[in-house]
Amino acid sequence: MTADGPLLSARGVTRAFGGVTAVDVDELEVRPGSIVALIGPNGAGKTTFFNVLTGFERGDGGEWRFEGHDLTGKPAYAVARAGMVRTFQTARVFPRLTVLENVKLAAPDQRGERMFSALFPWRWREQDRQIEERAAEIIEWVGLGPKRTDYAGTLSGGQRKLLELARAVMASPRLLMLDEPMAGVNPALRQALLEKITELPGEGITVLFVEHDMDVVSSIADVVVCMAEGRIIAVGTPAEVAAEEAVVEAYLGRSHEDLRSIHPGGLDPTHEFVDGEDG
Amino acid sequence: MIALSLGSALVDGLRDAVGISACYYALASVGLNIQFGFAGLMNFGHVASALVGAYGMSISVNEGLPLWVGIIVGVVSGLVLGLLLGIPTLRLRADYLAIVTISVAEILRVVVNSARLQDITGGPIGITGVSKSFKAINPIPEGRYGVGAWSFNQNDLWTMIVGWTLVVLACVVVWRLARSPWGRTLKAIREDEDAARSLGKNVFVMKLQALALGSVFGAMAGMITVFDGGFVKPEFFVSQVTFNWYLVVILGGLGTVFGAPVGAVVYWFVISLFNSVLTQLIGNESHWFIDSTDTGAIRYIVVGVAVILLLVYRPQGLLGDKHEALVRDR
Repeated sequence: MTADGPLLSARGVTRAFGGVTAVDVDELEVRPGSIVALIGPNGAGKTTFFNVLTGFERGDGGEWRFEGHDLTGKPAYAVARAGMVRTFQTARVFPRLTVLENVKLAAPDQRGERMFSALFPWRWREQDRQIEERAAEIIEWVGLGPKRTDYAGTLSGGQRKLLELARAVMASPRLLMLDEPMAGVNPALRQALLEKITELPGEGITVLFVEHDMDVVSSIADVVVCMAEGRIIAVGTPAEVAAEEAVVEAYLGRSHEDLRSIHPGGLDPTHEFVDGEDG
Repeated sequence: MIALSLGSALVDGLRDAVGISACYYALASVGLNIQFGFAGLMNFGHVASALVGAYGMSISVNEGLPLWVGIIVGVVSGLVLGLLLGIPTLRLRADYLAIVTISVAEILRVVVNSARLQDITGGPIGITGVSKSFKAINPIPEGRYGVGAWSFNQNDLWTMIVGWTLVVLACVVVWRLARSPWGRTLKAIREDEDAARSLGKNVFVMKLQALALGSVFGAMAGMITVFDGGFVKPEFFVSQVTFNWYLVVILGGLGTVFGAPVGAVVYWFVISLFNSVLTQLIGNESHWFIDSTDTGAIRYIVVGVAVILLLVYRPQGLLGDKHEALVRDR
C-alpha cells in the first residue's frame, strides 16, 4: 500500500432485497487518517452498505479492498481481524459481562482464547495483564472508569455507546466504522462522544461513520459522503455537500419554492406526498 | 398404620445424593452446563452423548477389546458426535441445533434398540457383563463401607470413587476454562453473537469446541453408568433424561463452575427422600386417589414444584450470582 493510497476502496458494491436495490455504490474510497461521514435519508442503504462491507450481510456484487487486501465476501470475524471494526446502530454490549470484561474481550490475538492454552493460565496470564492495563486506560478515556466492575447490562443507552466505542478501540482497528454513534445519546454524553471520535485519527484510527444529524457531521467530518436510494450522490467537505442540490433534494424532496411557482395558490397535496417520500 | 421414619428417609436421600446416579447426572450436567450455561447452546439431545459413550465402550469390550481401548472408543465417540452435530447446525439459528439434537438422540436410541443390530448392540436387551474388568481392578477389599444404613459395598464404592474423581476433574477443567479468555469469549457469544463477530471472534469454532467438550463429558458420564451396573440398555437414554439434566443445571446455577454437581446432588437427595417418604406412607395400601405405583410419579411432581419455587425466589439457581441473573438486556 502506498502512503497516500486509500485505506478502504469499494467498487460496484450492490445488494438487492427482492426487486429493491438497497445498495448500488459505484465507488467509495476512504483515505487513512480522515473522519468520513456517511449521510443520507432513512432507507438510503447506509446500514446495509456497512453490513455488506463488514461481512454481516452477503453482497450481490462488487469488490472491496482494505489496506490492499481483498475482503470481498469475507466473514465478519475475518473482516474485524483484518483491522476493520464496526459498531451497531443500537449499541450491542454483552450485558452479563462487566464493563472491564467487555473491553478486555475485544483485544485481538489472545493466547488464552485458544481452548487448549486456556487450560494453562501461565500461558496467557502475562498477556491478559497487559490487556487489562490497556483496557483500563481505554475505559478511563471514554469516561466509564467508575463503572468498570458493573455489569454492562446496567448501563444507560448513552453509556453503552461509549462502552461499544471503547470495545471497538480495544480491538486495535485501523478503520473504525460507527453506525449512528449519536443515536439515543443524551446531549451531555453527546459532546463527550464527539470529542472522543475526533481524537481517533491521532491514534492511527480512521473513522467512517453513519449519521443523520448534520450539526454533528459538519463539526467533526473531514469528508462527507451522501447516499440516497442506494447510490452515492455526493462526496466532498461538509460545506460542499450541504450546498449540493441533489443532497437537499434527497433529504427534503424537490424544492418547495419551485412548487410554489407552479402552484401559486399553495402546495398541491399530491406533489407533497410524492416528493416528501423517503427513499 | 403409618410408620414414617424420617431418619431412614434421610439416609435414603443421603445415599442417593452421593451415589452413582447423582455422579452420572453430575458429570453429564457439567457437560450440558458448558453447552447451555456458558455457550448458550440449546442441546436438547445431550443424552445422545451418554449413549454413544456407553455403547462405544460396551460394544468394544463385548467384541473382546481391553477396557482401556473401550474407554478411548467411548470418549472419541462423544467427541465425534459433538462435531457431527455442530458442524451442520452451529452456523444456523439456535433453534436448529435444538431440533437436530433431540432428533439425533431419539434416532440413536431407536437404532441401538433395533433387532437388526442385535448382534452388535444387543437390541432391546442391551449388552451385559461389561464391567467385569473394571471390577477386577477394584483395589477395595470386600465389605461394606459407611455409617450404619448409609453404606456401600466395595463395587459401588469403587465406581463412586472413579466417577466422582471424573466429576472433580471435569469441574477443574471448567473452572480453568471459565476464568480464561476462552470462557469470557464464550459467554460473550452467548450474550450476543453478532457483537462477538464484530470483534473478530470466530463464533462458529468456539461454539463447536463447547459442544464437543460437553459431549465428551456426556460420553464419560454414560460410561460411569455402565461401570455401575455392568450393562447398558437403550431405555437408559430416553429424551426425558436430557431434561432432567436441564433441571439439574438450572437448579445448581447456569454458567457456574460447581452448579451442575451441586444440582445433581440436591436433585437426587430430593427425589430419593420423597420416594422413601411416599413409599413408607403408602406402602402396599391402595386408596381411591393413590396407590404404591404412583410414588414414582409423585416424586417428580415434587421436584417440579421445587424447581418452580426456586425459579420464582432464586432465579439464579443455588450457586448463581443474583445480580448477574437479574441483568436485563434492554
